[in-house]
Amino acid sequence: MKKQTKITAWERVTLARELERPKASDYIDAIFEDFIELHGDRNFGDDKAIIGGIATLNEMAVTVIGEQKGKNVKENMERNFGMPQPEGYRKALRLMKQAEKFKRPIITFIDTPGAYPGMGAEERGQGEAIAKNIMEMSSLKVPIICIIIGEGSSGGALAIGVGDKVVMLENAIYSILSPEGFASILYKDSSKAKEAAETMKITAKDLKKLGIIDKIITEPEKGAQNDFDNITKSIKKYLIQAIRKLKKLSEEELLEQRYQKYRII
Amino acid sequence: MKCDACKEIIYKEELHKNLSVCPNCGKHFRLSARRRIKQIVDEGTFQEIGKEIVTENPLQFEGYLKKVELLKEKTKIEEAVKCGICEIEGEKVVLGVMDGNFLMGSMGSAVGERITLAVETAIKKQLPFVMFCVSGGARMQEGIVSLMQMAKTSSAIAKLNKAGNLYISVLTDPTTGGVTASFASLGDIILAEPKALIGFAGPRVIEQTIKQKLPKGFQSSEFLLEHGFIDKIVERKDMKTTIAKLIRLNKKS
Ligand SMILES: [Zn+2]
Repeated sequence: MKKQTKITAWERVTLARELERPKASDYIDAIFEDFIELHGDRNFGDDKAIIGGIATLNEMAVTVIGEQKGKNVKENMERNFGMPQPEGYRKALRLMKQAEKFKRPIITFIDTPGAYPGMGAEERGQGEAIAKNIMEMSSLKVPIICIIIGEGSSGGALAIGVGDKVVMLENAIYSILSPEGFASILYKDSSKAKEAAETMKITAKDLKKLGIIDKIITEPEKGAQNDFDNITKSIKKYLIQAIRKLKKLSEEELLEQRYQKYRII
Repeated sequence: MKCDACKEIIYKEELHKNLSVCPNCGKHFRLSARRRIKQIVDEGTFQEIGKEIVTENPLQFEGYLKKVELLKEKTKIEEAVKCGICEIEGEKVVLGVMDGNFLMGSMGSAVGERITLAVETAIKKQLPFVMFCVSGGARMQEGIVSLMQMAKTSSAIAKLNKAGNLYISVLTDPTTGGVTASFASLGDIILAEPKALIGFAGPRVIEQTIKQKLPKGFQSSEFLLEHGFIDKIVERKDMKTTIAKLIRLNKKS
């Protein structure tokens, strides 16, 4: 894989949002074996914008969760364009608590334009659901690795994004809101999204420099779909190594290290 | 001035004497941190924590620090939250009070840091933590660093829970976005002032998404109470007594 050089932040935004870009389920199928999807939050429903379940990674049982976008319009309608409802986050939390009970490491794949801003979502406590996930993830006693594979936007991304290691694909973006939203709020002009993207520090390189993420997984120039095998191989390799290291820590060390990771930002 | 809820003419002094609540219709006007502290805290007991923590500019966003300087002069506060150790009806607590006059009470690194430090102080000194929230959400000018404050403050609340300290969160008008999606929603007890706007997404964003007008009272305190997300709506005149009572009740075990 060749190192990319002259790609602008806005070009990465475009790459991160491409329909053809691999989605959470593609990574799950390629990296893990024996994935069994588990459904529902045991309370209200099953949100198809978040998938999750149990799988093995190199013979080790793990819990896997991902924000799932579609690859075409029909699938995107079904998946709500990867914008979770509160019950999606509550399903994720249920599965993460289960992982803690059975001492399984947790791996999350982040790819969302944000939590869904609808009436039902507000009625069922979108804010509370996100807050609770963030708080609980900070103290789960198993290793957590979060991988931003496409768009990591706002609290909707952070709700499955608090972990011991946060990793980004080279063309993924991670931000407080979309560049369009940022431009319309701060420049009062949503057409200045390109300019906003450059200012916001949303690329993997910028975020690594800021100390927000731990590692960048390199991609070919035209995006992850053009070298999917190699990318999944390097993610798998990284996961195995990182989990092995994290497992050597005592529960107290693991949690204190995770606390300090966010404490210093 | 004219009350924007009932359109009656009210006198400023009368309004302030009435805790900034309209004497005619009961509308709770927004309060500065200074006035809030005066209403809630026993006189002369407030000792500020984290005053030295100031605004940072991680994106080097043009004009941001200049805007902050102007605001500081205008509002006489240095950031959108004030924290301290104080007494409420003789009960010692750590208190955080946000101020909506400062960039809509938005949370950037200084706000997140001050709140986290306050929570850690509560843990260290084994005191209850009381937080008055008012916020438009995360501070856009600080980008991703603001988003991370949600993780930082919520992690501190997790520690507070583990230590067994009481946390009372009070939601006031408006509490939205990244603050709703972090510490504001994590209280052991969540109180709200009447008719406050409380939600994750702002009403305009929701209306743009669903392409219709929201019903009246959507995302109000009363709406949240009905949907099970807050414990109790408390009028301003009863707030101090209610908090003190909850702290006292919590000690009896
Ligand atoms: Zn009135």
